[in-house]
Amino acid sequence: MDTAIHMTPKPQTPLAMNAQKFGLWLFLVSVVLLFGALTSAYIVKISETGTLGISLPSIFIVNTAIIIASSASLQLAYYFAKRDNLPALRIAMVVTGLLGGLFIWGQLEAWDALLAMNVNFVGHPAGSFIYVFTGVHVVHLVSALIFLAIMLYASFRLRIHSRKLDRMEMCVTYWHFLGGLWIYLYAFLAYYN
Amino acid sequence: MSTLDTQTAAHVEDHAHDDHHEHHDNFWTKYIFSTDHKMIGKQFLVTGIFWAIIGGALSMIFRLQLGFPDMDLEWIRPILGNWITPQGKLDPEFYLALVTMHGTIMVFFVLTAGLSGTFSNYLIPLQIGARDMASGFMNMLSYWFFFLSGVVMLVSLFIETGPASAGWWNYPPLSALPQAVSGSGAGMTMWLVAMALFIVSSLLGSINYITTVINLRTAGMTLARLPLTIWSFFLTAIIGVLSFPVLLAAALLLIFDRGFGTAFYLSEIYIGGEALPQVGGSPILYQHLFWFLGHPEVYIVLLPALGITSEVISTNSRKPIFGYRAMIGSMLGITILSFVVWAHHMFVSGMNPFLGTIFTLLTLIIAVPSAVKVFNYLATLWRGNIVFTPATLFSIGLVSLFISGGLTGIFLGNSAIDIQLHDTYFVVAHFHLVMGSASFFGLMAGVYHWFPKMFGRMMDSRLGYVHFWLTFIGVYMVFFPMHYIGIAGFPRHYYSFTNFQAFSGFSDLNAFVSAAAIFTFVAQLIFLFNFFYSMYKGRRAPQNPWNSNTLEWTTPIEPGHGNWPGAIPAVYRWPYDYSKPNADKDGFEDFIPQTVPLSETPNSNLPFEKEQMEEVKQK
Repeated sequence: MDTAIHMTPKPQTPLAMNAQKFGLWLFLVSVVLLFGALTSAYIVKISETGTLGISLPSIFIVNTAIIIASSASLQLAYYFAKRDNLPALRIAMVVTGLLGGLFIWGQLEAWDALLAMNVNFVGHPAGSFIYVFTGVHVVHLVSALIFLAIMLYASFRLRIHSRKLDRMEMCVTYWHFLGGLWIYLYAFLAYYN
Repeated sequence: MSTLDTQTAAHVEDHAHDDHHEHHDNFWTKYIFSTDHKMIGKQFLVTGIFWAIIGGALSMIFRLQLGFPDMDLEWIRPILGNWITPQGKLDPEFYLALVTMHGTIMVFFVLTAGLSGTFSNYLIPLQIGARDMASGFMNMLSYWFFFLSGVVMLVSLFIETGPASAGWWNYPPLSALPQAVSGSGAGMTMWLVAMALFIVSSLLGSINYITTVINLRTAGMTLARLPLTIWSFFLTAIIGVLSFPVLLAAALLLIFDRGFGTAFYLSEIYIGGEALPQVGGSPILYQHLFWFLGHPEVYIVLLPALGITSEVISTNSRKPIFGYRAMIGSMLGITILSFVVWAHHMFVSGMNPFLGTIFTLLTLIIAVPSAVKVFNYLATLWRGNIVFTPATLFSIGLVSLFISGGLTGIFLGNSAIDIQLHDTYFVVAHFHLVMGSASFFGLMAGVYHWFPKMFGRMMDSRLGYVHFWLTFIGVYMVFFPMHYIGIAGFPRHYYSFTNFQAFSGFSDLNAFVSAAAIFTFVAQLIFLFNFFYSMYKGRRAPQNPWNSNTLEWTTPIEPGHGNWPGAIPAVYRWPYDYSKPNADKDGFEDFIPQTVPLSETPNSNLPFEKEQMEEVKQK
């Protein structure tokens, strides 16, 4: 035993948080930067070429409601997990997943509506950007669905409960983030059209 | 006292726990799919060295063309095949591919992955007192994405239409249209794929570095006790997280323009009298997005080298670093400023000239933190008890290159002077000195300094001295004359100057630069021999070969997985207690490691340290 340890009190351990959660937040920062770059590129673009001057497909409003509902149901799932109500947790997670799938389907419907309005991916850059925003967002949502599926599997393996919520919390954070990101993108497109 | 006992008991348990998990590594888990940060750091280093050889060799080929345009290059045909024309000359399009790939490889694969990847991985856990990175698995993924990216880039060198040829920044429309240059076909596609993989690798790495530095520091390792190396890696990683996603956005839109016919960057282009359908795009948009990464990338390359230099200079001057907080402050300043100067790369792109004046001002402000750093290096060396190890020499070399290359940055940062100098060899000389060579010297300083920790053996210092002097002299011989070539108006990226009457007067200077470049490249063979020979046959390293204060030297000479066999040591002081007055009365030589408590050094404690002890006692 080192004598130094007995003579000097051990210094304080630095403040730290769950490293995985911290990493997730950094990942979210990088996603913000990705969309920040794309949306600023859009602003630069329309300052030169002007907007499309179309009204956005009305199904975007439905999709926004769906993704808000999915966030609510996932928050509910988290609430059930905290109370160790595992059957309700699983149902809420499945509902969230279905709502997420519905949202993606709704976005594809929106693409159809855009095509019907003669706004193509190839053509006026302002129109191309709508596809890029929604498409890149959907890619992220698919990754969140995979994350959710892993969590659902974990709940069947009894790896989520009131004393083991870290990964569930990360899943909820990511899901809410993507919901907020969509609302930002929608508001952005609505404002600049 | 009782709390202390439980703490030590907890550590013993901790230890037993670690022993329990000690795997018996086989070749695959130890050397290939390793999650140990030390092995991953070495993987990055060896891969970086491999790429440095490739990148350097490419530059040798185009330097031959520039310096000796009449030379018969038939002898390279076994390697380059049909890129040597039947007349024995280098193919002009392949010349462009060579400069493009030289830039890409050196900036991303050598000086980002090879420098920051190596030392961030290797040193962060060892110097902050952690068993490993926050996520060993992510760390492994980071290396393997880098490796994959390298494979794609390497294969692209050998395809029939040649690798990407539009310059390392790959501006559209040149990069967007395969009709523009043959390298913009499959080669450009592979470049984009490789860069996307590289961005993923870099993000995985950076997120890991930041998380580790913030959350996994050992007891007592406050932010104000972090070695400057860690500060530099930390800030580098922050720049990476903030800037690489923007490059991803730029690349994504370029992929759509190339593959799907969108018009983000393209507008009103005629090829052979035929108009392309794309209308409404803007190539300047790409430049903005690219340089929003591209400029911070310069500091991603440079900051780790500056951090390594701080550590090496302080240790080997046997003096505390001058202005520790000013060093951190200036690195923070550089980090923030690096995001608001990108348009100085675009002064003559057709951007609004008024915007140019703003970016000129912001760019010149960077000179302030840079000058603070240089001043602090010199003040640390001033009247120090300098031990001239190869690492010290390379660090001093970095300071020299940083000054001489930084001065020309002040010229180039002015939008008015840039009209004359942009896209000439003056620019090439500037960034090769301040970013290329300076960072390379930092990399070398790091390798010479931490080689004993990495491989448990010493590198031969006499070969190190020879390597340093040849490289140092060589680098100046290459890049100093290049300024004159640039002022004379030589544009970069030109295949040949012999057709222009105006440039015929400088062919001897170009020949001199080429000869010096070959000389410098050959001198690196000394390093390669020294590196690989010492790995197996070098003198065994002692516990603390440089009498350094930082934590990595408290691990076993060849640390295993988990770094410390027992409990992780706690930290009681900053890492720069060199030549502290009265340390001899406390039984120390000219250095007091971070692990020594203040209570053991009553004679040498400074007034504020005595106050700290009083505070601790009262608690």
